[in-house]
Amino acid sequence: MFKEVGKNIQRVDGYSLVKGNPVFTDDIDLKDMLFIKFLRSPHPHAVIKSIDTREAEKMAGVALVLTHQNTPRVPHTTAGQGYPEPSPYDSVMFPRKMRFVGDRVACVAAESPEIALDAVKKIDVEYKILSPVFNPEDALKDGAPIIHDEKDSSGILDPKHNLVGEVEVNVGNLDAGFGEADVVLENRYEAHYAQHTPIEPHIVITYLDENGRLVIRTSTQVPFHVRRICANVLGISIRKIRVIKPRIGGAFGTKQEVYLEYIAAYVTLQTERPAKFELTRSEEFTSRTRHPIITVLKVGARKDGTLTAIDMRILSNTGAYGSHATTVMYNTGSKVLPLYRCPNVRFEGKVVYTNLPVAGAYRGYGATQGYFATESMLDEIAEKIGMAPVDLRRKIHIKEGETSPIFDALGEGKKGIPQVISSSKLPLCIEEGFKLIKWKKKPKEEGKMKRGYGCAIMMQGSGIPAVDMGAATIKMNEDGSFNLLVGATDLGTGSDTILAQIAAETLKVPTERIIVYSSDTDFTPFDVGAYASSTTYISGGAVLKTARKVLEEIILIGEKMLNESKENLKVENGKVVSKKTNSSVTYREIACNALYETNQHQIIASMSHISHKSPPPFAAHFVEILINRGTGKIKVEKYVACVDCGTAINPKLAEGQVEGSIINGISYALTEEFIFNKNGKMRNASFRDYKIFTAMDIPEMKVVLIPSHEPSGPFGAKSVGEVCINGPCPAIANAIYDAVGVRIRKTPFTPERVLKAMGEIEHLKDIHKMENY
Amino acid sequence: MQIEVKINGVLKKLETSPGERLLDLLRRKGYKSVKRGCEEGECGACSIILEGKLVKSCLIFAPQVSGHSIITLEGLSPKGELHPIQRAFLEEGAVQCGFCTPGMILAAKVLLDKNPHPSEKEIKEAISGNLCRCTGYVKIVKAIKRVGETLNKNV
Repeated sequence: MFKEVGKNIQRVDGYSLVKGNPVFTDDIDLKDMLFIKFLRSPHPHAVIKSIDTREAEKMAGVALVLTHQNTPRVPHTTAGQGYPEPSPYDSVMFPRKMRFVGDRVACVAAESPEIALDAVKKIDVEYKILSPVFNPEDALKDGAPIIHDEKDSSGILDPKHNLVGEVEVNVGNLDAGFGEADVVLENRYEAHYAQHTPIEPHIVITYLDENGRLVIRTSTQVPFHVRRICANVLGISIRKIRVIKPRIGGAFGTKQEVYLEYIAAYVTLQTERPAKFELTRSEEFTSRTRHPIITVLKVGARKDGTLTAIDMRILSNTGAYGSHATTVMYNTGSKVLPLYRCPNVRFEGKVVYTNLPVAGAYRGYGATQGYFATESMLDEIAEKIGMAPVDLRRKIHIKEGETSPIFDALGEGKKGIPQVISSSKLPLCIEEGFKLIKWKKKPKEEGKMKRGYGCAIMMQGSGIPAVDMGAATIKMNEDGSFNLLVGATDLGTGSDTILAQIAAETLKVPTERIIVYSSDTDFTPFDVGAYASSTTYISGGAVLKTARKVLEEIILIGEKMLNESKENLKVENGKVVSKKTNSSVTYREIACNALYETNQHQIIASMSHISHKSPPPFAAHFVEILINRGTGKIKVEKYVACVDCGTAINPKLAEGQVEGSIINGISYALTEEFIFNKNGKMRNASFRDYKIFTAMDIPEMKVVLIPSHEPSGPFGAKSVGEVCINGPCPAIANAIYDAVGVRIRKTPFTPERVLKAMGEIEHLKDIHKMENY
Repeated sequence: MQIEVKINGVLKKLETSPGERLLDLLRRKGYKSVKRGCEEGECGACSIILEGKLVKSCLIFAPQVSGHSIITLEGLSPKGELHPIQRAFLEEGAVQCGFCTPGMILAAKVLLDKNPHPSEKEIKEAISGNLCRCTGYVKIVKAIKRVGETLNKNV
């Protein structure tokens, strides 16, 4: 039926990437570049009493030293969100007060990175040390150290209790719901810190163009938000700034932050020289992280599995600054609870500051932490009522044509929007996945190795309803090709290709005739950026509308050239054809006619798109693991993911999103962990000590895309980027229980924690004496 | 100081200093496929081939390669014609952001030069020093396997 959509078209940027062409932020050479390095706080909580930069400034090769004393103090949020941002304005370029180990004290811009590093060491700082607070529950208590006591911050709910925000929603009657239940369980689940670790760390290069305008070339998910936030912090107009997003070396949420760009830009504005700011790998680890979340979950169910009440209370730790604090907290409810058919639900969330690294957006955005709790709990309920885990899943999830009161009650940082599920193949996902995993009831292995199976179901959204907006421009060239200009931001996901396929399908030409240019604030229309699983659905909707408009124009010219009314015309293979006479004009002829001959004009259109719903993609995951009872080590043998992302515009790219998010999720569940010292300093900020999965660690993977048709999405598409990172934690926790009969309610499932849970060792080793939060 | 090094088959005389890392020299000279990911030898994004072996250019000082021969990804398709490994990466969807891709392709080349028909385990071992956060490695392994199988058919 489709010619371009649903096909594994090669990436439009693939040729340059496999050749290693210079397409990333750092791959340009500019004359007279300055290199910037940070001086970071060694203390988790302290006030700068004095700072002396004279020795550093005297050094040969040092161009500029920036501190709180010589930079503008403009409270803002570093969260690259739509305006007005739902995150508190609690950050300034260089604060006087340090709020975590690694907070920014000063920076040096110098002729080389080595000189900058040497100069940083010459800055003399005297601190007044304050008591820190690391535990999020302690942070809420009366008398706890107050992390944000500055007068000029705004949007913090209760600074005296370190409380950034809170939410409570009630639907139905919770007490009555628990009253009806045959089984009521309550447990506490804890999901931990993690870092995205894109292989390309954060990097920005700034320079002045020939007209003295500021150009910011940056590895970002949100070029338009970069422009707006930088304009505000620097006190210059938006029109003085151009932001270019080149190819991006991975992001996963961590580049939805705007906090290096304005510093590099300030250096460039002060010195009129290009400046480069690149994080080291060690700095990257504490740049932005996943919010650790404690969930206390109480669920009531009847013997037949019907859920009668869910009470979910979460405490989220946003670290030193509140980037994405309230929105992630909301999402832990709003992207999780609607999955479950249950009339009586309460969700209560609190998000607090601590003197630990700053959390932010991370693929899954709170839902990952939430599903660990709910999907673990469902297995605990299933066992109590004597039901197979997969049977309970079959019964309790929302189905096509149904709604959930949570959609209305809970949104992202505010009230939600009601929606009915208009596409879901979750039932098929569960059946297919269950078949493929070949779940064996009685594990046969004897001795040390124990085999276990687990499952989890999950959903996400497709963009933020009534908030996210994308726009596209398409213009036609003489050879019948089209320039597609989009603000949408390809981070490596392949969205440029997806959007080109949507344009090609609509315009009825091969994808190779679409020339994509994306994410340059001077040349492309606006887009909120790549986050909230929005690009295919929202930006894709804009491309579809724009292409349709261009097609109308093409047909209009075809009418005149063929002297036929449009009812008698059809479009195929880059031609407008008369149904009656079969005579035709090619796109080339139409474009030339418009540009050079009759009623001369450029065939061009721009359209914008928002959605008032956020149709969830769904997935069912199944895992088979082997646990070594002697060492506590878990080996994931096989992982099956069946995913309903609507129409997969490019199945191979969609599979890539699923595979990547699952391996990231398994790695998070098993090996990735922040270890802090007693000062709240991360002790393992390197790939040597923070273990992410290599090719050697991956299980046998089976990914099945089960198509549905989402009526509100372009060609029936929904999102696919985030949903599958939600599965591994609960699926593996459930498989651990299946294998060895212990329930681990705190991630990650390291060998030490598994052995401890099995009662094989009394205490965790010294390394774990300090909490991992 | 000046060193003589053969890069992608061409003998070059390059100015460097005793403390300059090969990664920095190569990037400074325009070999931008050599990526900076961690600078501590852990991520593999700066991988190059030195005398037939895969090495991390962030762990080598530039003067150490004087008199030696190295290959960067730029050397695989000098005239624009893609190498079979590059084609397989493109066609199998083994590229997402593309930042680890140069190192991965070179790791695959070193493997396939020595062992044209590797098993899945051998492929995974060969690329285990190269981190990728986008793909989950599934399609990378598949792409390398396919090159091996194609070579097999040609034999």
